[in-house]
Amino acid sequence: MLAPLLHILPLTTIVRERTLPVAGRVSARLNQKVSPNDVVAEAVWAREHVLIDVANALRLPISTADRLLRCKVGDELPVSAEVAVGMGFFPKSIRTPKEGRVIAAGGGQVLLETGANNVQLLAGIPGSVIQIIPDYGVIIQTVGSLIQGVWGNGRIATGTMINLADTPDSVLSASRLDMSMRTNIILGGMCKDAETLQVAAELGVRGLILSSLFPSLLPIASRMQMPIVVTDGFGGLPMNSAAYRLLSTNAKREVTLNAEQYDRYSGVRPEVIIPLPVTQEPAQPRDVEAFAPGQIVRLRRPPAVSAIGTLVALRPGLTQLPSGLRALSADVKLETGETVIVPLVNLEVVG
Amino acid sequence: MPVSLIEGDSLLAVDIGAATTRAVLFDVVEGQYRFVASGHSPSTAEAPFKDVSEGVRNAIAYLQTVTGRTFLDSERSLITPSQPNGSGVDAFVATLSAGTTLKAVIVGLLADVSLESARRLVETVYARIVDSIGLNGHRRADELIDSLLRLRPDVVVVTGGTDGGASRSIQKMLEPIGLASYLMPKEKRPAVLYAGNQKMEEEVRSLLGSLTSSLHFSPNVRPSLETEDIDPAARELARLFIDVRKRQIKGVDVIDAWSNGHILPTGYATGRMMRYLSKVYGSSKGILCVDIGASATIVAAGFKDKSTLGVYPQFGLGENLPGLLNHTTLEDILRWSPLDISIGVLRDYLYQKALYPSTLPATREDQAISQAIARECLHLAIKAARRDFPASAASLNSRLLPLFEPILAGGGSLSDAPTPGQSLLLLLDALQPVGVSTIILDQNNLLPILGAAAGRNSILPVQVLDSGAFMSLGTVVSPVVRAAYGTQILRARLAYEDGTEARSDLKFGSLEILPLPGGQSGSLTLQPVGHADVGFGPGRSGTITATGGALGVVFDGRGRPLDLPSDPVRRRELIKKWNWTLGG
Repeated sequence: MLAPLLHILPLTTIVRERTLPVAGRVSARLNQKVSPNDVVAEAVWAREHVLIDVANALRLPISTADRLLRCKVGDELPVSAEVAVGMGFFPKSIRTPKEGRVIAAGGGQVLLETGANNVQLLAGIPGSVIQIIPDYGVIIQTVGSLIQGVWGNGRIATGTMINLADTPDSVLSASRLDMSMRTNIILGGMCKDAETLQVAAELGVRGLILSSLFPSLLPIASRMQMPIVVTDGFGGLPMNSAAYRLLSTNAKREVTLNAEQYDRYSGVRPEVIIPLPVTQEPAQPRDVEAFAPGQIVRLRRPPAVSAIGTLVALRPGLTQLPSGLRALSADVKLETGETVIVPLVNLEVVG
Repeated sequence: MPVSLIEGDSLLAVDIGAATTRAVLFDVVEGQYRFVASGHSPSTAEAPFKDVSEGVRNAIAYLQTVTGRTFLDSERSLITPSQPNGSGVDAFVATLSAGTTLKAVIVGLLADVSLESARRLVETVYARIVDSIGLNGHRRADELIDSLLRLRPDVVVVTGGTDGGASRSIQKMLEPIGLASYLMPKEKRPAVLYAGNQKMEEEVRSLLGSLTSSLHFSPNVRPSLETEDIDPAARELARLFIDVRKRQIKGVDVIDAWSNGHILPTGYATGRMMRYLSKVYGSSKGILCVDIGASATIVAAGFKDKSTLGVYPQFGLGENLPGLLNHTTLEDILRWSPLDISIGVLRDYLYQKALYPSTLPATREDQAISQAIARECLHLAIKAARRDFPASAASLNSRLLPLFEPILAGGGSLSDAPTPGQSLLLLLDALQPVGVSTIILDQNNLLPILGAAAGRNSILPVQVLDSGAFMSLGTVVSPVVRAAYGTQILRARLAYEDGTEARSDLKFGSLEILPLPGGQSGSLTLQPVGHADVGFGPGRSGTITATGGALGVVFDGRGRPLDLPSDPVRRRELIKKWNWTLGG
C-alpha cells in the first residue's frame, strides 16, 4: 500500500513553487539569491468596484445612453468626473462618486475599479531562483534541514531559533518568555493558553514552532502577525521525536518558518527550513513510497498520536483492532520499546 | 450498449471517494448479474499524486489480484470491451465524491420560491451555498460584484421566473454575475447553471456565454409558481459538477473517457438508485437511503409522488468536521457515547480527524467518539432533509420521521462497524424510525455504484439487489408512545415458518430481539398496550410478515423522539445495555 510521507530530513534539497493568486509582475530574476522575506512578485487589483447605471439615471434607452458616455475603458477618472451628460436645455450630468479607472463601458453602464489591493509574494524560503513562471512567480531551490508540520497561520519569518522545549512534551507558557527572545524564533512545546501567544507577540518574538495547539486558540493564532508552525496537531500532543531531535539540535541556528496553510490537495504544508552550507547538492525528498518493514513511521491516531516508531512487519490480510474494526495493519515498534498494531491508514512514513 | 442479460456483459464500476477508491466487478453468474468482487486503494486526488486515475488503477489492480482476471493493459489503461482471452470488461461506470466542497452562489427571484428551489438543487451535489442573490436583496450591483470577486464561487445556479414570466428582473440579477466573471481570471470563472424562465435562454447565453467556465441549461425548476421540478436540473448540475472536477482534479477526464461519460457525483448516483428502488418497491410508505461518508452525509428519500436528495458536506466525517460545531455542540455529540469522554478530547478529535480524513479509529475510545460523531451527523442530516419531505408523506406523527420501508444505509461508519448490532443501533439512534421498517445494510457500499450502473444496464441493479449483496439487519418495530420507563407498551408473537413461536413483551425504554435469520420470514402479531402505535393506529393490533436478518426482529421501545437521560452516568449505562442487547 502507498504511504503518505512526512518530510523530516536533516539534509535535503528543497524546491518550492511560489505563485501569485492572480497574474502580476515577477520581480525576481533567474538565479537570483533570495531571502525568505524578499518580494519575488507582486500584483495589484481593485479594492472595490463602482457601477454607474447611466441609462437608468438619465431615464434613457441603453443605446442612447451609450452615445452620451464621455469615458472609455482605461480612463483614469478623478472623483466627480463627468462620465455622461444627458440631453436637453439643462442636461443632467452623471459623475463618478470616487476616483477610479474605467474597466467596462457600455450597455448603458460604466464600471469603475477604485482603490488598490497590493499583494506582495515573498520568497518564503532562502535560496536561488531556478525558474521564472511568467506573470505568476518563481521556483526557488535551497539546501538544508526540512521539518514539515500540520498547521500554519500563513506567515513567514526568519530568525535565530531558541529552544524552550526541554522535552518533546514541554508546555510553552508565558512565564518562559522574556525580552531577550525578541526577534528570535521560539521552539516551544504545546500551547494551551491565549496569554502565551499574546505575550510572544507583545515581546516581538519572530515566530513559534509548537508541537500542538488547543483548537480554541486557532482564531487568535490565525490572526497573529508572527508565523506559527504546529508540527503534530491539536490538543495536548507532544512533538514527534524526529522533529524534536532535529529542531533541538539546531538551536541557535538561523531558521525560516514558512507557516503556509496545510492543503492536502496541492501538497503545500507549513514547514521549518534550516539552511545549511553544502558542497554537493543532496537528493530531493521522495514523494511516494510503499509501506515496508524497516521504515520510520509516525502514528496519526491513538493509541500513540505523534509517536515515532519502526515498522516491524506488515500483517497479512485484515487485522482486528482493539476498536473492533478490521483493517490492513502493521506491527510498529515504538521508541518506548512497546510494539503496537496500527492500521496502515493511520501511519505516515518519516523521510 | 448492453441492455439485456442475453449479452452477458461484465461491468466494472469505480467509486472515487475522499479517502478510498473502490473498484467493483459485476458479471453474469448462472444467468443472473452478481456482485463478484471488489478491490480498493487509497484515493489519490491529494498530493503527491494529484491524479484520481492513479487510485482507480490501483483499486482495479487489487481487483485483478482478487479475481485473477486482467482489466488493465501494460500501459495501465482499461481494456474494454472484453477480449476473447477473457481480459477486460464490457462496460465501465464511475462515481466521484473526492475533492473539496464546491462554493455555490444561488440566484433567484423570491426567497421562498425560486431561491428555495435553488437551495434544494445545490444540495444534490457536494457544494455549500456561500451567497444568495434575490430580488429582495438590498445590495447594489457593484456590491454584488465585489462579493462575487471575494467569494470566487465554483458554481452559480440561477433560477427564477416562471416560463414566459419575469425576465427583466432576472436579467438585472445576471448582470453583476457577468461583470464579476469578466473581472476574474479565465481559469477561475464559475460554471453557471441556468434553470429559470426558459424564454430567456438565448438572452442568458448572449449575456454569460463567453464569461463562464461552462454554461449549462436545464428545464425550469419552477415552470409555474405551484410546480417544482428539480430532477432535470439536478441531472444537469451533476454534469456541471463533473465538468468542474475535470478542471480541478487531474485524472477525472481519463475516468470520464473510460466510462464514456457515465461518471456521476456519488450523491446523485445514490439518489438515482433510490428513485429506481421507489419504482421497484412501490410501497405506500417512503423509501430511505442514507450514506455517511468522509465527503458528506447523503439522505435520499422516495415517496409516492416525490423524491428528495440531500448531500450534506457539512455533516461529512472528513475535512469539514471542525465546521460541525456550527451546527451542534460538543455536549450534543457526546450524549451518544457509551464511554466517559471529555469535551476537550472530542474537540481535539474533530480537528485532528480533519487533518487525516482517511484514518481509522484503532482504540475503543476512538471508536466511541467516531460513532458518536457519525450518529450526530446522520441525525442532523435527516433533520435537514426532513424540511423537503412532502407533507403528504405517510407518518404516525407529523413531528416524527415519516414511515419508511425499507431503509437502506451505507458508508464506512456503518459498513465497517465491528458488529451488525452496532450498525443498527447507530441507525436507530440517528434516524429514529417509527412503525415497522426493514433495515438493510449496504455492506459493500454498492448503492451509488448501482445508481451509476443503472444508466448503462437497467437489469443489473435489480438482479444484484436480489442476489444477497446487501445485508438485511432485520425488521425493526418502533412503537410511537410516551410512557413511564419500564411500563409495558407492546406484546409481540412471532410464528416461524416451521410452526414454532416466540414471544416478546416490550417495555418502554428497552430494546428486545426475537431471532429470525436472514432469508426467513415469519408471521408477526403486534398487540400494542395502551395508545402505542406501530402503524395500525393507536392501541390497534395487527399481523404482518416480518423478514429476517442479521439481528432478526428488533423491538425499539425507547420512544419517539428518543429522549436520552440527562444524567450522564445513567445515560452511558443505558447505551451500553442497548449495545449489549444488540450483540455488542
